[in-house]
Amino acid sequence: MSPRTSAEVSGMGHSMKRKEDPRFIRGKGNYIDDIQLPGMLYLDIVRSPFAHAKIKSINTDKASKMPGVLAVITGETLAKFNLHWMPTLMSDTQMVLPTEKVMYQAQEVAAVVATSRYAAADAIEAVEVDYDPLPVVVDPFRALEPGAPVLRTDKKDKKDNRIFHWEAGDRAATDKAFAEADVVVKQDLYIPRIHVASIETCGCIADFDRVNGKLTVYMTTQAPHAIRTVFALVAGHVGLSEERIRIVSPDIGGGFGGKVPVYPGYVIAVAASVVIGKPVKWIEDRMENLQADSFARDYHVHAELAARKDGTMTALRIKTIADHGYADAAANPSKFPAGLFSICTGSYDLKRAFVEVDGVYTNKPPGGIAYRCSFRVTEAVHTIERITDVLAQELKMDPAQLRLKNFIPKEKFPYKSALGWEYDSGDYPAALKKAMQIAGYERLRKEQAEKRARGELMGIGISSFTEIVGAGPSKHFDILGIKMFDSCEIRVHPTGKAIARFGTKSQGQGHETTYAQIVAEELGIPAAHVQVEEGDTDTAPYGLGTYASRSTPTAGAAGAMAARKIRDKARKIAAHLLECAEDDLVWEPGKFSVKGAPQRAKTIQEIAFAAYTNHPQGMEAGLEAVDYYDPPNLTFPFGSYICVVDIDRGTGMVKIRRFIAVDDCGNIINPMIVDGQIHGGLAMGMAPALLEEISYDENGNIQGGSFMDYLLPTAMETPRWETDKTVTPSPHHPFGAKGVGESATVGAPPAIANAVVDALAHLGVKHIDIPITPEKVWRILKEKGVAE
Amino acid sequence: MATHKIKVTVNGAPREAEVESRLLLVHLLREDFRLTGTHIGCDTTHCGACTVLLDGQPVKSCTVLAVQADGRQVATVEGLEKDGKLHPVQEGFWQEHGLQCGYCTPGMMMTSCALLARNANPSEPEIREAISGNLCRCTGYLNIVKAVQYAAAKQKEGVHVA
Repeated sequence: MSPRTSAEVSGMGHSMKRKEDPRFIRGKGNYIDDIQLPGMLYLDIVRSPFAHAKIKSINTDKASKMPGVLAVITGETLAKFNLHWMPTLMSDTQMVLPTEKVMYQAQEVAAVVATSRYAAADAIEAVEVDYDPLPVVVDPFRALEPGAPVLRTDKKDKKDNRIFHWEAGDRAATDKAFAEADVVVKQDLYIPRIHVASIETCGCIADFDRVNGKLTVYMTTQAPHAIRTVFALVAGHVGLSEERIRIVSPDIGGGFGGKVPVYPGYVIAVAASVVIGKPVKWIEDRMENLQADSFARDYHVHAELAARKDGTMTALRIKTIADHGYADAAANPSKFPAGLFSICTGSYDLKRAFVEVDGVYTNKPPGGIAYRCSFRVTEAVHTIERITDVLAQELKMDPAQLRLKNFIPKEKFPYKSALGWEYDSGDYPAALKKAMQIAGYERLRKEQAEKRARGELMGIGISSFTEIVGAGPSKHFDILGIKMFDSCEIRVHPTGKAIARFGTKSQGQGHETTYAQIVAEELGIPAAHVQVEEGDTDTAPYGLGTYASRSTPTAGAAGAMAARKIRDKARKIAAHLLECAEDDLVWEPGKFSVKGAPQRAKTIQEIAFAAYTNHPQGMEAGLEAVDYYDPPNLTFPFGSYICVVDIDRGTGMVKIRRFIAVDDCGNIINPMIVDGQIHGGLAMGMAPALLEEISYDENGNIQGGSFMDYLLPTAMETPRWETDKTVTPSPHHPFGAKGVGESATVGAPPAIANAVVDALAHLGVKHIDIPITPEKVWRILKEKGVAE
Repeated sequence: MATHKIKVTVNGAPREAEVESRLLLVHLLREDFRLTGTHIGCDTTHCGACTVLLDGQPVKSCTVLAVQADGRQVATVEGLEKDGKLHPVQEGFWQEHGLQCGYCTPGMMMTSCALLARNANPSEPEIREAISGNLCRCTGYLNIVKAVQYAAAKQKEGVHVA
C-alpha cells in the first residue's frame, strides 16, 4: 500500500527518521540515573546470601555510624507504617523488607541511605545479619509433593505450595479425540527461567516535598499511571493520596516487561524520602537486576498432539507446572493467571484442545513476567511449534507440508479457536509460502541431503506462529480491576501545530515518531509538527502502559480516534468558514474542500487558527479531543520463520547461517521501525534458544547472576536477518494495525530449536530443550558417536 | 580515604578534579563532570555502555579508575558533534535506525569511531567483531552494522572521522 500522505506530512507508511534520535545520538537522553536533584541521597540494599532462612537478628549499629550514612532501614522500620508487605499485580503479596525470614537468594533484607553512592555501598557491607538456614525448595515438582515444606507460612490457611490451578478447553471431548486418534505424540519441554536484562537496569528517585505533601517519583516504569494508583492504594493509609502522587517515567533504556512490576527498592526509596524529606535515588546494579528482579518463563510443559495418519491434527492436550518463585508477581491481566497461554493451538485448525497450568511457589525470586512477549505467548508458541515438528518426524512428513495441511484456512477468519479466542484475521499459507520462496526451501532440503551423505550437520527449522496482543477488551481484561483501555489527548494549537499525549510509555519503540505519524495520517498535520509526550502522570491521560505489544492496538487506536473527533469539529468550523453545509465538504489529509469546487478549501492549519480566532457562535473555542480506546477484540499478528543452521561436530556449536522472517502485523505505520522491531525481536528470540538461562543449584544459589555467565547475544552470533512481510489488516482496529514489537521474540525460538533437531533427526534426536548450548549438542554428538 | 588531584582533557577541554583513589572514570564523567551520555549497564565489563576513548583507544570506563586518566585525553559522545555538525557515525546511526532505546548507543558509537579511525573500510565481519564488546538488546545489531557502513562511506567522501 503506498502512503496517502506526502513525505512532508509523513503519515502512515513512511519510513520517517525517528524524532527521538537527535537527543540519543548526542548523549542527551534523560535516563533515570542521569537525573540529579539538589540534596539527593543514595539508597543501597543489603541482600540475602540464603535462599530460605530465618532472620535471627539484624545489627545496624556499625553501619549507622559510618560516614555519610543517614539511615538504615529494616523490615521492622517499615512495619511501623505497615509498609513491610505489598500486593503484587496478581493479588498475591510480597515482602518489601522481611521481619521474619527470607525466601530467595538476593532478597532485599535491609537498606542504607547515605550522602553518596559510594558511602551507601560501603555501609551495606557493615550491616550484620544473623541467619538460620531453612530447607530450600527449588524443584517445583518437589514443591507439590506431600510433605514438602510449606513456603508461604505468612498465609494463615496455606497448607501446600500450589498458587493456582487454571484450565481452558473441553477435557472430555479432548480425551475422546485422543482415544480415537491414529497417532499421538508426546513431548516434555522445559522453557527455562530467563531475564529480560535490558541494558539499563531499574531505578528511581523518590522526591517527597514535605511542604505541600507531594510525592514525585521518577522511575523506570512501563506503566506510570497504574503505578500511581498502586502507590495510592498501598500507601493511602500513611497520607499519600493519588492527587499528590506524580510518577514520571523518563527515557527508558529498554523494558521488555521487566519494568512493569513494582520492586521493593522503589517502595523503600519512597518510604525513605517521605521519612527523611529529601530526594532518594535507588539504582540497581546488574547483579541485583539479574538476581532479584522478576524473571520470565520457567514453564515445565507436557504436551500431547493427536492426529490422523494423513497428518490432520485433531487434538492438543497440555499440562504445565509454572514455577513462580516465592510470590506470584507476574504482570498478567487479573483473570488470566497463566496469561494468554491458551493461544497454544497456534496457527492450526485444531478442533479439540485442553490445557491446564498449575502455579507453584519455590525459593526463587518472584515473577512470571513477560520477556518481550504478550503474557505467556512465547511459551504457547514454543510448545505448539515444537510438537508440530515432533509429529512431522513421527509421520515422516515434511514439516512445511504438515503445517500447510493444518493451517486455519484464510476463509475461516474470524476464527473461533477450540480454547475460546476469536482470531481477527490471518493468511497463514501466504506467509509460509513466501518464507519458503525466499529461503529456497527445496534447494535447502537438497543441500541438506547432500551434506548428510558427507556426514555434515545442517538443519532447516520452521515456525509458523500466531500471536495474541493488544490487551485488551474491558469485558475480560483488567489489572487490579483497572480496565485495559488506553488513551490519547490531542491539542491542536492556533498555528496548526499539535501536542499529543498518551497513556503508554516508549522504552525504545519509537512512539514519538509513530504516534506523530498516526496523527499526521488522520489530520494531515505534518508529523514533524506533532509533539508526542508520555510518561508524566500529571499531564498524560490515564492508560495502562506499554507492554504485550499493546501500544499500537490500544493507545495508537486512541490517537486515531481522538484525531477523528478533532476532524469532526474541524468539519463544522470549515463549513462555517466556507459558508456551506457540512455534508458538502470532502476531506483529504490536511484539508476540507467543497464538493465540485475544489478551489474552495480550508487547510487544517487555517481551521485550527479559526478555532481560536473565528469559531462559530455557539461552539466551544479550541481544537482538542481525548479518547479512551476500549478495543473490541485482541489482534493476532502472525508470521512464518525459516532458520538454517550448521553444527560443528567438533564443538557442538550451532551457527545460524540464515534466518528468514516473514511477518504480518497488518497495516504498517513506519516500515523502518517495524523492521527494527523485528530485528531486535529476532535477537531476543535467538537469546533463549541458544544462550540464556537462569538456573539454581539444590541450595537455591543462582547460577548465572551476572553477565559473566548470563550470555546475551553479541553482534558475532547474530546473523544478517532477512525480513519480509505480508499485510492482512486487522478488521477491527481503526487503521488496521496489529502490533509488532514481540512477534519475533515469540516466533524465533522454535524455528531455531526445530532447525537444530532437524540437523540431528537422522541420528534419532527428537527434541532438545532450550537453550541449545554447545555442551548439550556436543553430548548428543558424543552419545551418537558422531562427535569429531 | 586518600584523594588525588587529577587533570584530564575531556573532549578537548582541560578539566580538574579531586577524586578518591577508587573513583571510577565513568563516575568522574557522569557525576563530577555531568557528562551523562556515557552510561552504565553492568558490573563486569561486559556490556560496553560506558565505552569512551582514552587517548584514542576505546575503554570501558567502569573498569578504569579516574586517577588512571590523569594527564590523558578522554573523548565521550558529547564531543562527537563539531560546530553544530553531526559526526558521520551519529548521522549513520540516525539514518540507518541503528538505535532504539538509545542506552547502548553512546558506547556503541565510540567503539565505531575507534574502528573507523584504524580501519577506514571495514568489512561486515570486521564491524561485527569490533562491536562485539558492546551489547545491544533492542536492534539485533544489523542496523548498527549498516550505520557503521554508512559512516565509512561518508568518510570515503572526505568527511573526517575521529
